Amino acid sequence: MQICYYPGCTLKSKAVDLDIQARKIAEKFGIEMVDIDKWQCCGAEYPTAPNETATKLSAVRALNYAKSHGGKLLTLCSACHNVLKRVNEDMRTNEKTIMKANIYLELNPEYRGETEVIHYLEMLKNIVGFDKIKSMVVKPLNRKVAAYYGCLLLRPSNVMKFDNPENPTILEDLIVALGGTPVKYSHKNECCGAYVSIKSPDLAKKKSQSITDDAKAFGADELITACPLCYYNLKKNCGENLKISYFTALMMEALGIDG
Amino acid sequence: MDKNDFLELANTDVKKCMKCGKCSARCPSFDEMDIKPHQFVSYLAEGKIDKLLVSKSIWTCLSCLACVERCPRGVAPQSVIEAIRDTVTRKAGANGLSAEDIPPILDDDVPQQLLVAAYRKYNK
Repeated sequence: MQICYYPGCTLKSKAVDLDIQARKIAEKFGIEMVDIDKWQCCGAEYPTAPNETATKLSAVRALNYAKSHGGKLLTLCSACHNVLKRVNEDMRTNEKTIMKANIYLELNPEYRGETEVIHYLEMLKNIVGFDKIKSMVVKPLNRKVAAYYGCLLLRPSNVMKFDNPENPTILEDLIVALGGTPVKYSHKNECCGAYVSIKSPDLAKKKSQSITDDAKAFGADELITACPLCYYNLKKNCGENLKISYFTALMMEALGIDG
Repeated sequence: MDKNDFLELANTDVKKCMKCGKCSARCPSFDEMDIKPHQFVSYLAEGKIDKLLVSKSIWTCLSCLACVERCPRGVAPQSVIEAIRDTVTRKAGANGLSAEDIPPILDDDVPQQLLVAAYRKYNK
């Protein structure tokens, strides 16, 4: 099957490994990720002010494109997922935003949040299935892995509806399917420091270290994430203390897919 | 701008707050804030906007939404902080980050996501 895919700016450059690995893994399960036409940067942060409209339009363009190309929009970067999903919620429920965005983009027929935004991990769980993944493992991980979620996939949970926002398990379930042992630790949904690493690097360092220190204290050999910014902050600040990987790297290894 | 303009920009019902403090208790930037998340909510409700407009907390909020998630009353302290930051940065010359700030902190691994996110938060 084919699915509309929104790669986003970082996955076409600094996190190109995440993009390539995800495509290869999807191919293994018979899914082709097709880049949407003329995608533009989502903006990376959802603007909360109700009078921010222009900053939501690139997301609406992508969502509207996917509406007539299968009805689903696949995301991989946590920031893209957060922005697209929240803007889509506005386009379903906020009449002012619906009106302004449709007028500005001259959409005919109107876009009213019809597209379903799904994250790659949700695709693995709900379309592929962890049992299927487990059945295709050729090299079980056999090590202790800390699943790190961060903020963007989970919050706000009333819109993201990704997993239990206080105690998510989707990454742990994936680790188990791949033959690894998930580590129980308290900081899996703490913030890595996010964008403050550019203005206040010390604050970002403190936040990142609290996460890796906690994961290590509970025996982690490695920590996995789905977010390029978490990956950057954790690796830059704590990469010498703990191995930081994208979750796709573990899948490549366990499924025996050549990089 | 008067209090009603700020209430509209924050887009969350600050009157619902019952002052339990869970938002600030959960905030990962609590130690870095001169005015705490629960105070943003109560100051706005009381109309003490001038105090909020000079707070340094708008630069250390991580927008992680932990405060929003924990609020038992459905209030969004992060939206109040963002409303204040938007008001500050929308003024000419008051951006929190300029293009000249970027080159010294660039390294080979800085993801575009970081630059775009920081610009969206600190610049208008």
